[in-house]
Amino acid sequence: MESKNARLGLQLFCVYLVLYGGFVLLNAFAPQTMELTPLPGINLAILYGFGLIVAALLLALLYGVLCKGEDVPAGAKVVAGDSASAAQSSIEQEDAT
Amino acid sequence: MIYDASNQAIILFLAFVGFTLGLSFWLGRKARSSEGYFAAHGQIPWFVNGIAFAGDYLSAASFLGICGMIAVSGYDGFLYSIGFLAGWIVALFVVAEPMKRLGKFTFADALDAKFNSKGIKLAAGISTLVVSVFYLIPQMVGAGVLVEPLLGLPHWVGVLMVGTVVIMIVVTAGMVSTTWVQFLKGSLLVLFSAILTWMILERGFSIKPAGDNQRIFQTLGPMASSAKSDIEILEAAVGGKLIAAEGGWVDQPYVRFDHGEGNESVWRIDPAPDSDQILLRECQWVTKRDGREYINGKPKGTGEGEAVLDAVGRVSKLPDGKTETGPLGLMKFFSVLQNSEVILWRKTDMAETDGGKTAVYYPKPTPGREVLRPGENPKFAGIRGESLTGKLNFLSLMLALFCGTASLPHILIRYYTVKDESSARKSTIVGIASIGFFYVLTLYLGLGAMTSGAMDVTDSNMAAPLLAKSMSTWLFGAISAIAFTTVLGTVSGLILASAGAVTHDLLSSFLGWQMTDTEKVRVAKISSVVVGGIAIVLGVLFKGMNVGYLVGWAFSVAASANLPALIMILFWNRTTRQGVIAAVIVGMASSLGWILLSADTFKDVYRIAGHPGYVPFSQPGIVTIPLGFLVLVLVSLMTGTKASTGVQASASFDSSSSG
Repeated sequence: MESKNARLGLQLFCVYLVLYGGFVLLNAFAPQTMELTPLPGINLAILYGFGLIVAALLLALLYGVLCKGEDVPAGAKVVAGDSASAAQSSIEQEDAT
Repeated sequence: MIYDASNQAIILFLAFVGFTLGLSFWLGRKARSSEGYFAAHGQIPWFVNGIAFAGDYLSAASFLGICGMIAVSGYDGFLYSIGFLAGWIVALFVVAEPMKRLGKFTFADALDAKFNSKGIKLAAGISTLVVSVFYLIPQMVGAGVLVEPLLGLPHWVGVLMVGTVVIMIVVTAGMVSTTWVQFLKGSLLVLFSAILTWMILERGFSIKPAGDNQRIFQTLGPMASSAKSDIEILEAAVGGKLIAAEGGWVDQPYVRFDHGEGNESVWRIDPAPDSDQILLRECQWVTKRDGREYINGKPKGTGEGEAVLDAVGRVSKLPDGKTETGPLGLMKFFSVLQNSEVILWRKTDMAETDGGKTAVYYPKPTPGREVLRPGENPKFAGIRGESLTGKLNFLSLMLALFCGTASLPHILIRYYTVKDESSARKSTIVGIASIGFFYVLTLYLGLGAMTSGAMDVTDSNMAAPLLAKSMSTWLFGAISAIAFTTVLGTVSGLILASAGAVTHDLLSSFLGWQMTDTEKVRVAKISSVVVGGIAIVLGVLFKGMNVGYLVGWAFSVAASANLPALIMILFWNRTTRQGVIAAVIVGMASSLGWILLSADTFKDVYRIAGHPGYVPFSQPGIVTIPLGFLVLVLVSLMTGTKASTGVQASASFDSSSSG
């Protein structure tokens, strides 16, 4: 289950990376596009900026919903265990994947 | 007149801070064990922890710095909002669950979980300390800024007050009460920001100044451009006697007049729009000479023959020639501003012949569409230029903000206050929701402040509280108190992270001190006092820099030092102990060195004007973050064994040094 959550996390991370990277590169290399007004009186800078914040929330919620019901099985759970056993269990899990 | 101490504001402020402190002591009386002190026994409910994330993260930089930057130069400050939030995506999707799984008390625990190496503990502990202290600077500067106008105390007293109060919170309480203080502050900050935004929208825009007795700065002309050098025409227009330019005033677009009885005026010569004529715009100026401050040529003060700066910031033209808009909708707010004209204020520095230094603040009418586009702030102007370094500087900052959040030790330790990975995930989502909502509001707050008629031209950090002041005195008190608790909350989190690093990583793990639980807590409290003391000194030294900008640097150091190690441990199983240590140290040293050698540091910190610095641009991230990854990979490849994976090899190799 751990690797499934991790894979989902990475996929969603890539989606956001493209959105954010697009915004940053547009700002750096074509700043004039940010002055376009796709909606009357509202420029792309504001729309894209708000869009990024809303997208972050939506992706986070999506992640929360898709991970739900996959709470940690008892064996892998380390609550206040010493770091050696934490390390051990994580190594075992990695070997399994 | 911008600042006048008001009793309501002070009462509200003291009540608020007193309540927070009381709550903190009451909650803290139970925390005795080190488990409780550092990680609140892992028993904080996920929702509370999520809001506490917001309380931890929405520091003085967000509330004071971003709003201030937007109020002064428009959209650019919002770029910080976008970057600060985007960083949470890295935290949630990549770092949150492994952090919770691997660690117990500190960020070093997680880095070290696979290796159990003293070297990693040492490197990660030092990097935690460096990042936390760097992040503490803007918080302390922000605290001083707040106390100055509210209680009429000097900047350093504010810094000292915050330092003392925070040390008291951390020493008496630990993570339980710190978490609840952050929860309280996070909720109030978001709530009051929403109220302020609603009030801004209800008020709408008006070309009349919002304050009752706000001064309107005059514009004279247009007149023929030959008038620039014609003393008679100038004197007739302004009605005073022209003062001959000398020292730094020579060849500047300013003219100075003597009106008798110690009254002077300064006017900026601007080209009139769409013609070859000129306009004269009335300015304000501050002169510092022999340790004294003079405003508009008079000693600073409110008495007879003294002067203070006037509040500024308003819309000068609305669409269709209207004088006011009435209440506006969320989107209408921007579309009206887009087609309006706003008066921004800019500064020219010059040297006087008698050794004094003068800053002239002049009005700059700016079309709304330019206010709402990126690249107006001098620190961001590079993106509109031709040179590649300006663009790289911008990319570097945005990369550091993106990578920085997930590398901040005081954010990462919050994953140890909840009970499991699922709670870590859920609290991050709550954090993203509340932080994202707040960052949307920053654009309204900043632009609202820009047009509120209450701005102080000399200090961008005060925009949000002054905006509240233009609404009501009570609100000013409330917002100042929240901003102050904002600083308290973040600073206590940072000091706690530092104390944890000193106790667990440096003393207990690296030096091998055998400590009982009670001793650990005592050592942590002593380290809190020391770190707090350092923070107080730095807060006084860095006075006057925009706190948002300072935080950008802290993010760069955090991302360069911590992120490569964190990511590679999670995703590359040939990572070795030596690779992690090298990456943390190289990332930290290179980013720190880069910042200390940059042109911005020479100008704002060492105060050497015009020094180009020794690095091509100011933001290190785009060079030092990849450098950290590169060093980690190279060192790991050199030190890893070929037969088995690095993880297993190092784990067994190092098991003897477990401590």
